[in-house]
Amino acid sequence: MNTETRKVLLGPLFDNNPITLQILGICSALAVTSSMNTALLMSLSLTLVTAFSNMFISTVRNHTPSSIRIIVQMTIIASLVIVVDQILRAYAFDTSKRLSVFVGLIITNCIVMGRAEAFAMQNPPGISFLDGIGNGLGYSLILMSVAFVRELFGAGSLFGYPLIPLLKDGGWYVPNGLLLLPPSAFFLIGILIWVLRTKKPEQKEAAEFRIHEPAKGGYH
Amino acid sequence: MSAISEVLALPNDSRKKTFIVAFVLCLICSIAVSSAAVLLKPVQDKNKQLDKQRNIVAIADLAKDGMSVDEAFQQVEAKVVDLQTGEYVDDIDPKTYDARAAAVDPKQNVVLTKEQDIASIRRRAKYATVYLVKDAQGQLEKIILPISGYGLWSTLYGFLALQGDANTVVGLGFYEHAETPGLGGEVDNPNWKAQWVGKKIFDEQGEIAIRVTKSPVAESDPRAVYDIDALSGATLTSNGVNNLVHFWVGPDGFGPYLQKIRQGGGA
Repeated sequence: MNTETRKVLLGPLFDNNPITLQILGICSALAVTSSMNTALLMSLSLTLVTAFSNMFISTVRNHTPSSIRIIVQMTIIASLVIVVDQILRAYAFDTSKRLSVFVGLIITNCIVMGRAEAFAMQNPPGISFLDGIGNGLGYSLILMSVAFVRELFGAGSLFGYPLIPLLKDGGWYVPNGLLLLPPSAFFLIGILIWVLRTKKPEQKEAAEFRIHEPAKGGYH
Repeated sequence: MSAISEVLALPNDSRKKTFIVAFVLCLICSIAVSSAAVLLKPVQDKNKQLDKQRNIVAIADLAKDGMSVDEAFQQVEAKVVDLQTGEYVDDIDPKTYDARAAAVDPKQNVVLTKEQDIASIRRRAKYATVYLVKDAQGQLEKIILPISGYGLWSTLYGFLALQGDANTVVGLGFYEHAETPGLGGEVDNPNWKAQWVGKKIFDEQGEIAIRVTKSPVAESDPRAVYDIDALSGATLTSNGVNNLVHFWVGPDGFGPYLQKIRQGGGA
């Protein structure tokens, strides 16, 4: 694997993660991470959609009139999402029922559109496909880590297999109900961003404004 | 071929090329989308069917050791009931009748008045599909009724399974709801659902006596057979379940039908 391919494929995992650095795709990250199963299926779907939409958009990039550029991208993305949704309903019915509208909402996931516009419009299909896979993996990594914490401590299980005996089933663990609610994903993603930016200070954004120092003597 | 290369050679922003690109793209995408939908339809329908069957089998406790859902569902006979009269309607095929679609179709539904509508569903279908299980002698063994009603956030859809006496509960469960996980979502908790087994719906006078309550009477009390302990931290969901059960076994739900069975006429 040459360095450029490696950078495109693995860069989005930590250095340029779509969720923690680009802060894209947060909405679905809150909604589908209450269990590992749904998070895994969502990750797979998003990775496939991003990869293939990048590839198709890049294939037609030289013949896309700039006036309808966004519409062309949306049409391709929307078609792929519908196809993925149909496949899930046929072959992963139970999990797709729990994912409900969120598969359909991949259409509006900023990661897909963002990569199409930022990468696929300027690069050939092969590398664009890899960029899609890479960003999908970056999204998946965050989703799976958040889902891991939420399911383990919120329901005492992983992938639906009970690991910690719950009090209500005669064990000792009282599950933390907050973790099953969407706001907990906010806290977890916030902590992840904090840890990542402490490890990699170059990811810190420049402050947009500074709080003024109080004038000498202070206020009354 | 030359026509294609001619179009490709056009400047990207020419009006002609814009139209052609948009048209061709839409054509390709629509073919992809519609063929996916058509090709996968049979598998999806089978899934939906299987899902419903699995719920019925689980709630009515039909699966005996190692039985597949399909085998267990063989015991079940579906029938369409006219809710108002409590009679079976034989000219509607239960396989194709969709009560949820009928409930929103003005031709097939009944709008409920505020007093009737204790389950907050606003309207219900005129007909409902019931599922019957008969024993080897052809005696009615279990009756499975579809139920629905509003909880806190969502409409809960589920089934209530009764014994052949149309009074004793075999099981209750919901296959679709969006209540708060960990609180109202505990309607799915097997321990809570187990409480329903063996409870009675009607008292000796034939009045609806079952209730979901925060203060159930002691086990030794003769009325304990009507009381279900409510879910802690989920008052509104518990009330919702209480109301929807009352609605569906009541006069505007399956009341007339259940009455017929109790009198020995229905089945």
